[in-house]
Amino acid sequence: MKRTSVKSTDTDDRQRLNKPRGRVNAYFTHHLWVLVSSLGVLWRTPLATLMTAAVIGIALALPTGLHVLLQNVQQLSMGWEGTAQMSLFLKPGVPEKRIQSLADKLRGWDGVAEVQYISREQALAEFRELSGFGGALDSLDENPLPAVLVLRPTTEATEPAQMALLLGKVQKLESVDLAQLDMEWVRRLSGIIEVGKRGVLLLGGLLALAILLVVGNTIRLTILSRSQEIIVTKLIGATNTFIRRPFLYTGFWYGLMGAVLAWLLVAILLGLLSDPVSRLSFLYSSEFSLDGLELETVIILLGSGIALGLMGSWLAVGRHLQAIEPT
Amino acid sequence: MIKFDNVNKRYPGGHEALSGVSFHLKPGEMAFLTGHSGAGKSSLLKLIACIERASRGNVIIDGQNLTRLKNRHIPALRLKIGVVFQSHNLLYDRTVFDNVALPLIIAGYHQSEVGRRVRAALDKVGLLGKERVMPITLSGGEQQRVGIARAVVNRPPLLLADEPTGNLDPALSREIMGLFEQFNQVGVSVLIATHDHDLISRLDHRLLTLKQGKLERDGRTTELQTQK
Repeated sequence: MKRTSVKSTDTDDRQRLNKPRGRVNAYFTHHLWVLVSSLGVLWRTPLATLMTAAVIGIALALPTGLHVLLQNVQQLSMGWEGTAQMSLFLKPGVPEKRIQSLADKLRGWDGVAEVQYISREQALAEFRELSGFGGALDSLDENPLPAVLVLRPTTEATEPAQMALLLGKVQKLESVDLAQLDMEWVRRLSGIIEVGKRGVLLLGGLLALAILLVVGNTIRLTILSRSQEIIVTKLIGATNTFIRRPFLYTGFWYGLMGAVLAWLLVAILLGLLSDPVSRLSFLYSSEFSLDGLELETVIILLGSGIALGLMGSWLAVGRHLQAIEPT
Repeated sequence: MIKFDNVNKRYPGGHEALSGVSFHLKPGEMAFLTGHSGAGKSSLLKLIACIERASRGNVIIDGQNLTRLKNRHIPALRLKIGVVFQSHNLLYDRTVFDNVALPLIIAGYHQSEVGRRVRAALDKVGLLGKERVMPITLSGGEQQRVGIARAVVNRPPLLLADEPTGNLDPALSREIMGLFEQFNQVGVSVLIATHDHDLISRLDHRLLTLKQGKLERDGRTTELQTQK
């Protein structure tokens, strides 16, 4: 065995060590090293890692995908809301002149952009053309359709409350038999969308809990399988923070991988849907096409994936690291 | 460096591992701790490394009273104590270099400093050139020397060893003891628990003998020869 003299360079070592920059550098280097090495450890068991990441990915993809779809439906219905209009069905037998003066009066109201008069004859012609029940109409003695005033509000007046106010006002008019808001269903739809959004949020919450448990359990198993190593490092003088670090980074990687996987999944699903949706909207002579993932959504997705991974591992580490002590 | 003051250690269940143990190991002193298995050697070492706490009395290490040491200060204490285990306790999923570097990384040393010190420590135990080797491919004696390199790499003032030659043949054991003596010569306090009387009777150091948890004798290793 080689016998070398032991030179004590302790003092200058201590001085070098105490330089703050050196300390900080060493600290960051260590963090970087743990970050990379924890990824390396995961890389060595690709199948197990992929399976855990896939569970997280699917759990994240579900609410994300639903959110994107809801956003698209909302986009679509917002286009319709602008075209809200009111139909005033007039009482039979109101003379043409009075209808004209009523239309003029309505045009002067606040919040009314346009009033269109559809006479009984026009309505009949339109019905005959569009409904395909022309033959049935021929067998009737007289025109069963009422005259209609179509009222289009100004854009400021499309607010639901103002629409309701306007509706109340026109309903009280003497010649009006029935006033009807044509776009009522659009509002119902947006109500349904609100319910859907809340549902996505609740579903997301439940799945977030599932992710916490999956990550927590995976990290717990890792901790147990490395308990000998943890004991040895504790004996050497490692702090809990030091021991916790690689496990937290492992959780970080699981979360990030899961989120990226979810991103991919949603992108693929949207890609698969976009063609049929375009074809469908073409049939409705609409220019609508599916919007993809917004940057904001992607950032939130990645952020919550990482946060859940870190939290899951934090829970596991907090519970199980304390229990492993040298004896 | 190590001061035991009327120390008792009673385990849950009533077994009294140590009772009324008092001794003082001065800085730079080297001593052996012997006794039959179950005499309390391991318990005594565990009290020093704060793996166990004394039930009564005071254990003072490097001026710190361990009875009052808070849990969060235990890591800092352990960094000051190099421990060599009978079972080496190496981490078999990383290289010799990474094993030896561990205490330095825990203490937050700079990368370049880590490399320099690890090589110095491996040089001292005669394993320079085996840095990139996995410990599992080394012989028992070599693994033990890796363990010693790890224990001394951050130059702790105190070195503890629990049966460091337990699994080694006499020639290797002498070599290992030689290493401990070298560290002692540069000022490190050394306490070695062993039952290998043949080996230590050839050396001249302080000898603490435990019997059924009590300090039976505080003498010299040379006395072992006259006992025979």
